[in-house]
Amino acid sequence: MGQIQLNQVTKSFGDVQVIPPLDLTIEDGEFAVFVGPSGCGKSTLLRLIAGLEDFTTGHIEIDGKDATAVPPAKRGLAMVFQSYALYPHMTVRKNIAFPLRMAKMDQAEIDRRVENAASILNLSDYLDRRPGQLSGGQRQRVAIGRAIVREPAAFLFDEPLSNLDAALRVGMRMEISELHKKLATTMIYVTHDQVEAMTMADKIVVLRAGHIEQVGSPLELYRTPRNLFVAGFIGSPKMNFIEGAEAAKHDAHTIGVRPEHISVSAEGGEWKGVVGLSEHLGSDTFFHIHETGLAETITVRADGEVAFRSGDTVYLNPRADVIHRFDANGLRIG
Amino acid sequence: MARAVTTQRKTLNTILAWAVGLLIFFPILWTILTSFKTEAQAIASPPIFLNFDWTLENYAVVQERSDYMRFLWNSLIIAGGSTVLGIIIAVPAAWSMAFVPSKRTKDILLWMLSTKMLPAVGVLYPIYLICIELGVLDNRAALVVILMLINLPIIVWMLYTYFREIPGEILEAARMDGATLKEELLYILTPMAVPGIASTLLLNFILAWNEAFWTLNLTAVDAAPLTAFIASYSSPEGLFFAKLSAASTMAIAPILILGWFSQKQLVRGLTFGAVK
Repeated sequence: MGQIQLNQVTKSFGDVQVIPPLDLTIEDGEFAVFVGPSGCGKSTLLRLIAGLEDFTTGHIEIDGKDATAVPPAKRGLAMVFQSYALYPHMTVRKNIAFPLRMAKMDQAEIDRRVENAASILNLSDYLDRRPGQLSGGQRQRVAIGRAIVREPAAFLFDEPLSNLDAALRVGMRMEISELHKKLATTMIYVTHDQVEAMTMADKIVVLRAGHIEQVGSPLELYRTPRNLFVAGFIGSPKMNFIEGAEAAKHDAHTIGVRPEHISVSAEGGEWKGVVGLSEHLGSDTFFHIHETGLAETITVRADGEVAFRSGDTVYLNPRADVIHRFDANGLRIG
Repeated sequence: MARAVTTQRKTLNTILAWAVGLLIFFPILWTILTSFKTEAQAIASPPIFLNFDWTLENYAVVQERSDYMRFLWNSLIIAGGSTVLGIIIAVPAAWSMAFVPSKRTKDILLWMLSTKMLPAVGVLYPIYLICIELGVLDNRAALVVILMLINLPIIVWMLYTYFREIPGEILEAARMDGATLKEELLYILTPMAVPGIASTLLLNFILAWNEAFWTLNLTAVDAAPLTAFIASYSSPEGLFFAKLSAASTMAIAPILILGWFSQKQLVRGLTFGAVK
């Protein structure tokens, strides 16, 4: 009850094509995340699916039925906006009930569904307040409540957590994941935050300039990035890229090694360098190593206990089995 | 010491504001005072400010000579009708300009405003002829339409500014929630824009109430509003100042009272968006 299929979809604003021809299928019940840097077209793609933007060419099928010309209200999709987009002049109860009222549902059923949604989202005590009297997290939950009462074929989330503070964001991330488990409804989630993408998604769609760079599960993207862009985008801190002689040793134009796949020691190893900046996270420490002759900086992730000072000479050992190789076009080899 | 300077400044500003306010209000005050004088006192030189023989005679004469209620009724219909009609037309227009702008929206807005820069007398002749042709000279409905058209640019501009303050995502959310265009305008946009719409209504009612050029030129008896009522007491020789003042006072009293009670709303409406 919620498969979404895009066929040869394009979108242009005037002469500027923001989405070149694109095919994508999101399976029923899947949690799909569109991720990419700002301006990559991920929000536009979501708005195209929602029906808030018209396709320039191509078509969309929802549950096997062509929905290209169907207006947003009739697509059976619910959307949660970045700004929450609550109706400020209505109480929480009326906000959540609004889509049901528009569907001309009878009052008893509306009340039942609103109470139900409110209890799922811990909003029961706030039903008679206005959005202006709620905290950011509560507003977000009202927006989600307004989406779930409709029992939509799919949920669309447009960067829903970016207005929340860091601690709340982690909490809401888990709440949304749990909601997905409970409802088992298709969800499409747009974010620029790769941590959100990695932790929540069944399927990640990495976008750049309207192109799909790679589609896959979080671990697929982490383990076998298809090209340099995905390799650099997924994973934190960012993958180290090394060109030149060292890459040639591996029959590649560029090799990539993740910071967590390099060990650092004072005794000896494959590469030698000087410690620059260290970032202490407690559990981990990120060392930025200079003067390796490989790249300007090599980032290494070490245990929090490891202590080197700025200026210390250290030796680095990459794990040979997880070195990523890329050709001159930036595409993965092997 | 910084605090003392601020207080001094404040006092100075208050005095200045009162001075400007009194200056603007003085003609109205003088009109009201004159309406209680005898004709001789009204044109006395030097002018008498307060120590004259207060009389209601002018009001009695004016009331006797002309049917104030009929003029008032016409004013209410023309000002009210043109304002309501204007809002009904302007809400959808301002909605489309604010939320689905095209490349030309800014140009259209400027062009609309530019029609306000045209001297009204420039189109008097064609409009007068059209009215004769259609047989609607001295007709209230015709004046409702003409005053609506005259004020429409301002109504659209004001509403456009208010609507621009409403985030588009809220309207998109309504659309996603299944609201039709009509429901979106009725349940979401209009309630959110109530303060703006109210001050637009007020301002345009006042503008239409005070509009004299068209109401004087296109009416004779049947549709004549309070502006014509005042004009009927003005004489080229400058006689009967006291009676003219009484008529004026009666004509502006309703709008003055309305303005007094709604001043908070008006000020908020006029500065909306400017201070935030």
